[in-house]
Amino acid sequence: MLLDQDRIFTNLYGYQHWGLAAARKRGDWDGTKAIMDKGQDWIVEEVKKSGLRGRGGAGFPTGLKWSFMPKQSDGRPSYLVVNADEGEPGTCKDRDMLRHDPHKLVEGCLLAGYAMRAVAAYIYIRGEFHNEADILEAAIAEAYEAGLIGKNACGSGYDFDVFVHRGAGAYICGEEMALIESLEGKKGQPRLKPPFPANQGVWGCPTTVNNVESIAVAPTILRRGASWFAGFGRPNNTGTKVFCISGHVNKPCNVEEAMSIPMRELIDKHAGGVRGGWDNLLAVIPGGASVPVIPKSICDSVLMDFDALREVKSGLGTAAVMVMDKSTDIVKAIARLSKFYMHESCGQCTPCREGTGWMWRVMERLVKGRAEVSEIDMLLDVTYQVEGHTICALGDAAAWPIQGLIRHFRPELERRILDYRRAKAA
Amino acid sequence: MPTLTIDGREITVEPGTTVLQACELLGIEVPRFCYHDRLSIAGNCRMCLVEQERAPKPIASCAMPCADKMVIRTNTAGVRKARNGVMEFLLINHPLDCPICDQGGECDLQDQAMAYGFDRGRFHENKRAVKDKQMGPLIKTIMTRCIHCTRCVRFATEIAGVEELGATGRGEHMEITTYLEQAIGSELSGNLADICPVGALTHKPHAFAARPWELRKTESVDVHDAVGSNIRIDARGREVMRILPRLNEDINEEWLSDKSRYAVDGLKRQRLDRPFVREGGKLRPAEWSEAFQAIAARLKGQDGRRLGAIAGDLVEAESLLALKDLMAALGSPHLDCRQDGAKLPGGVRAGYLFNSTIAGIEAADALVIVASNPRREAALINARIRKRWLRGGLRVGLIGQRAGLTYKYEHLGAGPQTLKELADGRHSFFEVLRGAKRPMLILGMAGLARPDGAAVLAEARRLAETAGLIREGWNGFNVLHTAAGRVAGMDLGFLPGESGLDTEGMLAAAERGELAALWLLGADELPMRRLGTAFVVYQGHHGDAGAHRADVVLPGAAYAEKDGLWLNTEGRPQLGRRASFPPGDAREDWTILRAFSEVIDKRLPYDTLADLRRRLFQLAPHFARLDAVEPAPWGEFGRADRLDAAPFGVAVSDFHLTNPIARASGIMAECSRLAAGGAAGTGTHG
Repeated sequence: MLLDQDRIFTNLYGYQHWGLAAARKRGDWDGTKAIMDKGQDWIVEEVKKSGLRGRGGAGFPTGLKWSFMPKQSDGRPSYLVVNADEGEPGTCKDRDMLRHDPHKLVEGCLLAGYAMRAVAAYIYIRGEFHNEADILEAAIAEAYEAGLIGKNACGSGYDFDVFVHRGAGAYICGEEMALIESLEGKKGQPRLKPPFPANQGVWGCPTTVNNVESIAVAPTILRRGASWFAGFGRPNNTGTKVFCISGHVNKPCNVEEAMSIPMRELIDKHAGGVRGGWDNLLAVIPGGASVPVIPKSICDSVLMDFDALREVKSGLGTAAVMVMDKSTDIVKAIARLSKFYMHESCGQCTPCREGTGWMWRVMERLVKGRAEVSEIDMLLDVTYQVEGHTICALGDAAAWPIQGLIRHFRPELERRILDYRRAKAA
Repeated sequence: MPTLTIDGREITVEPGTTVLQACELLGIEVPRFCYHDRLSIAGNCRMCLVEQERAPKPIASCAMPCADKMVIRTNTAGVRKARNGVMEFLLINHPLDCPICDQGGECDLQDQAMAYGFDRGRFHENKRAVKDKQMGPLIKTIMTRCIHCTRCVRFATEIAGVEELGATGRGEHMEITTYLEQAIGSELSGNLADICPVGALTHKPHAFAARPWELRKTESVDVHDAVGSNIRIDARGREVMRILPRLNEDINEEWLSDKSRYAVDGLKRQRLDRPFVREGGKLRPAEWSEAFQAIAARLKGQDGRRLGAIAGDLVEAESLLALKDLMAALGSPHLDCRQDGAKLPGGVRAGYLFNSTIAGIEAADALVIVASNPRREAALINARIRKRWLRGGLRVGLIGQRAGLTYKYEHLGAGPQTLKELADGRHSFFEVLRGAKRPMLILGMAGLARPDGAAVLAEARRLAETAGLIREGWNGFNVLHTAAGRVAGMDLGFLPGESGLDTEGMLAAAERGELAALWLLGADELPMRRLGTAFVVYQGHHGDAGAHRADVVLPGAAYAEKDGLWLNTEGRPQLGRRASFPPGDAREDWTILRAFSEVIDKRLPYDTLADLRRRLFQLAPHFARLDAVEPAPWGEFGRADRLDAAPFGVAVSDFHLTNPIARASGIMAECSRLAAGGAAGTGTHG
C-alpha cells in the first residue's frame, strides 16, 4: 500500500484549504524556479525517465509527447492545453484535484509549458464543473498575484499565462482534437490526424494536450526525482495513480495508489470491499465506460496497470473502477453505456454516427431478450465495423463495452433470448 | 518528393499529395463520398479507407498525405470489409427510395452500393426520418437521404462564400440545415445539388421531370453571361430538360451559375414560333414569304444610310457576320453590337478583353475592380476571385457601388474621380498595385455604358500603364463583359462604319425620324420608345421588348437550338452545339438572313454553315482556334476627355433577369422576387 509520504495529492479529500497558502504548506510552488533553472530539456528528460504515461486514458508517454513540440519557433507560438473536460462515466479524479488541489495543476502548467516552450496554457474545463472552475480561476488569480505565473513567472524570466475556458458539456470535447476545435469556438468535432497537434493544434499553432492528472503530477515528479516516481508499479507502468472506485462497494472513493496494485487489493483496502463480499462480485469495468468489462474470474488476479489490463483485453483507461455485484443486470448496464455513446457521438463520421444508434437499439432488445441468437454475432460484427474505422476513439469506446459483454457474458444473452421466446410461446 | 508503394506499384508524387490522389494517379479507384477535389478535406464518410503497413488501423486515404516509404494496400480483404461496413452504415438509415429519387441513375451511393453493398440488410430497427429543409426555389431537399458528407456545407462556405449551411445536432440527430429555412443567397446554389453524392439535394425545377438515361446529352456553351461556361444540355425529344456544367479548368472549373442552369424553362415560354407582321397596329401571324416581302417592300429604294442594325447580347458570331454582310450589301454603315451603349474601343482587342484570363486570376496578387459587381455580372469569375482571395495575399480594391462580394475589399471610391486619382498615383491603393507582382484591373460595363465611358476607359488604360499592370508576360487590364455575343461582335467589327452611327446615334436619329428602318438581331435591352416611327425588324427567339415594338418579327433560334461560335469575355472562341430544334417555324438565325438576302437580290455568298464559317475564319482567323485565347497586343484606346462626377451605376441590377430567356423563365422570376426580399410562398401558395 502506498505510504502517505509518497502521495502526490495530499489534499485529495479537501481536508485542507485549496488556497495558495495551504498549498505552499503542502509543498507546492517550492523551488519552482530552481527546477526551471535546470532547463527545458532536463524537465522533459526527467519526465521521460519517470515513465509517466498520460492519465487521460490512452496512456501515451507524457515526456515523449512533450518532446514532439518544436524547440525553435517558426514564428508561431506554442500552447499547452490541459484537458479538464472530465466526462468519462465513472471518472471523478480530475474534479477532486481541481477543487481541492488546483495549485498542483497551475504549477504543473507552468513547468510543462516552460518545458515545451509554450507561451500559455489553456485549461479547458468541463462546463458542469462550475464550482471547480471558480476555484481554479481563483487559484490562478492567486498565482498571478504572487508572481508565480504571468510575466517573469517565479522570477525565472519566463513569461507564461494560464487561461481557463469553460466547455458546454459535450463528452466528445474531451477528445483531444474536438477539444481544440471547441476551444477555437467551433462545433466540437474531432479533427483529422495528421496533422498532429504538436504540429498544428489550437489556432494552427504547435500544441500539446494533456490530462489534468498528467500535468498535476509533474511538479512533484520533478521535485522528488524521476527515480522516485519510477519506483512504483511495474516497468512501463510506473508511478502513482488516482483510482476512482464506484459502484457496488461499501465505500466508493477516489484514492491515490501505486500503479500495478492488484484490483482485489485496491477494492478491499480502499473501498471497503465489494458489497456482500468478494464472492458477490459479478464484473468490473476497470477504466471508465470505454473499456471492456471483465468478469470476476479475471478480477481475482488482475493488476491495475496499462499492460496487465490490456492482456486481459480491457484497459486501464482513466482508472475509474466500476464495480458490479451479482444484483446487476449486466446487459442493461452495458445497454445504458451504449445509449450514452449514441447520445454523445458527434455525428461527423459514418461508422460512429450510424453504428452507435444501431448498437444501442440491438442492445435494448437484448436486455429483454427480444432478439435472435444470431443477432449476438451480428452485433459483435457491427462493433468490429465501428472499431478502428472512425476519426476519433469514440467509435472504439462505443464498441468495446459491447465486445466485453459478448466475450464474457454470451450465455447470459442467449438465456434471455430463449427465456423471452419461451415466455412468448406460453 | 515522397516515393510510396501502392498495391505493389511504386509511385513518386509531389509533396502534399494525398494517398487517394496517388491511388488515382495509378488508376486505382478508391470509393469516396465526402472527398471532393475542390473542397477542403473532411474525411468523415470513411469510405476511402485503405490499409497502411504498420498502421494499427485502416487510414482514410483522402486525408492522409503521402510519406516516403509508405506501403499502402487498397485491395485486401480487410479493406473490402471495412468499406462494406461503411456502406452498410450509410444505407441503414438511407430510405432506399431510389425508384422515386431524382438522383437515381447518377447517384454515387447507388453506384458504390453496387460495388460494396450487401444484397440484404441486417438492420431491423426503424429507420431515421429527417424533416426536409426549405432551401428556396432551386434546391429540393429530402434530408432523410442525406449521408452527412458535408460537401454542401463546405461548398457554400468555401466556394460560394455564403455561410448559410451548416450541421446542427449530434450523432444520429445531426442534420444539415440552412438554420433560417430560407433560400440560399448565392448565385451558385445549383452546384449544391451537383456535388451532393446522394438525392438529398436535387434540382427542384427538374424534380420528377426525367431520368438521366432518357436524356440526350449535348456539349455546348452558356450565353447567360460573358463567362462562356461550358455546359451540357440534356434534352428529351425536342425539349431541353436541364443544363449541367461541364468541366473546364480555364473557365468555370466544374461550377455553373444559377441563371445559366435554371433559366432553362425560359426556353419554352414566350417563344416566337412563327413570323409576325404588324397590321393596323397589331402583330398578326404570317408566313415567312409575307414577312420577307413586307420588309423588302419597306427597304426598297431606301438609301442605305437610312438603315441601321443593332445586335443583342446572346447572338452567335455567324449571324453577326451574316447581318453585317447584309447591311454592307444594303449600303448601311450604321451597325452596333453594343446595345447598352458601352464605349468599347473598336480595333484594339486588348481594350475590350479580359486579358489576364479567368484562370489568370489565380496568379494575381492585387486587384482593383472598377464599376463592376462581378458577383452579379459573372458569378464564376467572382468565385475565382474568392478562390484566389482565400489562398491569402490578394488585396482587392473597389471603385463603384459597394456590394456584397464574397471576399473582403477596400472601397476606394464611388466614381471616376477616384479612378483618376488612382491613375495619377495620388491614391494609397496605387502603391498596392504598383508593388504587386501580378496586379489586375477589372473594368465593368457600368463604367463604359455612360456618356463619359470613353474617358473612363482612357483613365483605366492610363492606370494600367502608370501602375505597371502591363508587363512582360502579364496583362492585368481586364474588361468584364456581361453579354455573351459582345466580344465576337467587336472582333467582327459589328460597329459603326465610316461616318456610321452607334446605338445612341441610331436611337437619336430614329427619334428625329431620320432612320427609315432598324434591324434588331436579338436586341431587347433598348429604350424602344425612342425608336420613333422607324420600321423595326426584330429577329430573335423570345417575345420580349424587341418583338413588342417590331413591325416584322422573324423567329430565330435560341442558343440551345443552333450551332454557333461564341467568344467569352477573354476572347476565347467556343463552339455551342445544337441540342434541340427551334419551335414551330423558327429557324437558325444565319439562315433567315441568308434567305432574306435572296428576296432583295443581295444574295449572301454562303449556302451552308460551313461556307459561312469559312468566310468567318478568313476575316478573323482566331475564331478557328477553338478554346484558345489569343493574347492581344497593347495599344492606344479610350479618349481622354472630361470625366463626369457622377458615381458609377450598376450594369446588372437584377441578376436573374438580364436577358429575354431569363425574363421568360418562371423560376428566374421567383428567384428574382426572393432576392429582392420577397417572402417565400407558404401553404397553398408554396
